Amino acid sequence: MADPHAASLAFLDGAAAADVTAIAAQIVPSDDGPGATEAGAMYFFDRALTTFAADQAADFRAGMAELSKRREQMFPGTASFAALTKDQQQQLLHTVETTDFFTLLKTLTVMAWLGSPEYGGNRKSVGWKYIGFDDAGFFEPPFGYYDAEGK
Amino acid sequence: MKGPQFRNSETVDFLVVGAGAAGGVMSKELAVAGFSVVVLEQGPYLSEEDFGHDEIKFAIQRKLTNDTKVQPITYRKTEPDVAKPFKAIEYGRQVGGGSVHFTANYWRLHESDFHERSLWGEVQGSSFDDWPIRYGDLEPYYTKAEEELGISGLGGANPFEAPRSKPYPLPPMPAKSSGVLFERATKKMGLHPYPAPVAVLSQPYRGRGACVHCGMCELFGCEMKAKSSTLVSVIPIAEKTGRCEIRPNSYVRKVETDASGRVTGVIYFDAQKKEVLQRAKTVVLCANGVESAKLLLMSQSKLFPQGLANSSGLVGKNLMWDNGTESCGLFEHPLNEFKSVQATRVIHDYYDSDRKRGFYGGGGIDARFDFYPITFALTGLPEDAPTWGLEFKKTVGKYFTRTMTLLAHATSLPRETNSVSLDPTMKDAWGLPAVRITFDWHPDDIANMKWLVEREREILQVAGAQKVWSFPVEPAQPNLMPSRHLLGTCRMGRDPKKSVVDPFGHAHDVPNLFIVDGSNFVTSGRQQPTATIQALAYRAAEEIVRRAKAGEV
Repeated sequence: MADPHAASLAFLDGAAAADVTAIAAQIVPSDDGPGATEAGAMYFFDRALTTFAADQAADFRAGMAELSKRREQMFPGTASFAALTKDQQQQLLHTVETTDFFTLLKTLTVMAWLGSPEYGGNRKSVGWKYIGFDDAGFFEPPFGYYDAEGK
Repeated sequence: MKGPQFRNSETVDFLVVGAGAAGGVMSKELAVAGFSVVVLEQGPYLSEEDFGHDEIKFAIQRKLTNDTKVQPITYRKTEPDVAKPFKAIEYGRQVGGGSVHFTANYWRLHESDFHERSLWGEVQGSSFDDWPIRYGDLEPYYTKAEEELGISGLGGANPFEAPRSKPYPLPPMPAKSSGVLFERATKKMGLHPYPAPVAVLSQPYRGRGACVHCGMCELFGCEMKAKSSTLVSVIPIAEKTGRCEIRPNSYVRKVETDASGRVTGVIYFDAQKKEVLQRAKTVVLCANGVESAKLLLMSQSKLFPQGLANSSGLVGKNLMWDNGTESCGLFEHPLNEFKSVQATRVIHDYYDSDRKRGFYGGGGIDARFDFYPITFALTGLPEDAPTWGLEFKKTVGKYFTRTMTLLAHATSLPRETNSVSLDPTMKDAWGLPAVRITFDWHPDDIANMKWLVEREREILQVAGAQKVWSFPVEPAQPNLMPSRHLLGTCRMGRDPKKSVVDPFGHAHDVPNLFIVDGSNFVTSGRQQPTATIQALAYRAAEEIVRRAKAGEV
């Protein structure tokens, strides 16, 4: 297995990687601590779309092309999703949030955030740390607050 | 892999199809009794080294279950509908079958389950009936299963349970926070919580180590061999006899019969998709409530035009599945439910039907957490939670460690119109007909699930949840998840016109064919069928050995 953290991309070109990073950062932002960006979302997307989610690569490309068209209609003269302001990015994503394409984006972003780091996302387990999940794989009781009470 | 290798040309004493919960037990019993046994398993032969904690691989891609990319399944609600591709059912597809990836709940049926039709009466629009056996017939085999496999629990703690001849071999697992909250609330309500019996070792047992509470039972294989699957419990014993060969990646397409109507063996595809004939004196199907029925329907011949063992026309009919409802509660402090086995406390207070409710049905409710990080973020939040952005992130962060689930395991009424059949057009990657599932809920099943959701919500409120949310009981679609409890499609009974097999799984129509798995169930119980599937397998195996030795097969 190749090093999932190698800084090379097989599927996304530079512009697409920047757009993916910006989209993922809207879905799981970094305002209050590490989010999708720090998790390495673009590396996860790149890897997913060339491996286990390869059958969705065509849908992904078509969805990104459609999103570009919408962007040009809503914000003429803008260069890319990544180049929009945060507000513009949110406005644009709101227009597609009920589509299958957005579900794909959200699913991949959440996987990048909370999946096993071996897929290239969740770097340094930033997602797991944020939600309080521990992958130690070995625990002893008490496990939580309520079973610890009275012990 | 560790057993002998038989030649295809050799006529072995027994050929078992499926190395799962039932097939593992059956193979071990037959081999220990001195017979030569070949076990054909569709899936691979994995070991604990192949398992892991990767949610994407095991919980999302479901690598331990049937893959609809190669084995498509179609679903329709009623017969006039055109069935469309949909993963309506799911089963473990490797040596050990569903016992490898199951949540490991291990419930015995109650005495009432076996004669509920007599107790309750007819249910219009169903084929609700009594079993041909009673709890007492099965009790010794529940005990044997619990001992041989290694089950943790506390006998007598559930006041509604049927009499037991022995305690569980292992003490119960420690209560998680969900169990503690659930126990306090249900006791306050006058109900009777008890420690969940699970096929997970609370202490070292028969050469296997105790559970380390990693929290990855449901949908995962156990890396510690602490989950008591047939893969790590009885199958090694079967192989050690030197008389049992487990042959993985072997996908059976037909049970062969001769002109006299006796089974002669089976034809299967090997790992290279090459057709192989394996001869056997007797065949036992333990392939699960969908695959056993499918195989019989595919085994048509001049003598058996409706499919093998199907003179009753009931093969594939009366499919029952895992009706269930779920509600979640958010609590003030962290529960950390991602640790340890899924469920640690259960109530059976609502198990029996009650006429006051106005419908047939009941259920057991367990306290658990039914999610992993990704699945929780994608599917576990309340409907009114933000779906993306900073507030979504914060919600996942706040809720993940503070949420518990109550899961009600509910009745599924048998109906002849709910069935497994062969899809007329869609084929799998081997060119065999895809499984077609026809399933529509009985109105009582829906009413029962709606009633149980309310019970879950009450308990969570009493437990002090800050917020309670439920997942919809949606009759328009199959359940949120594909059904994993596949029951009823080769019903047991004494009357060959009204059942497919006798009370020991012996096909009424074929002298040397047995079908022993979840397909034998007459009623659904309250789900969690594995203990009963395995008790039936132990009981059937004992009788099969006797009949084989007496020349009655």
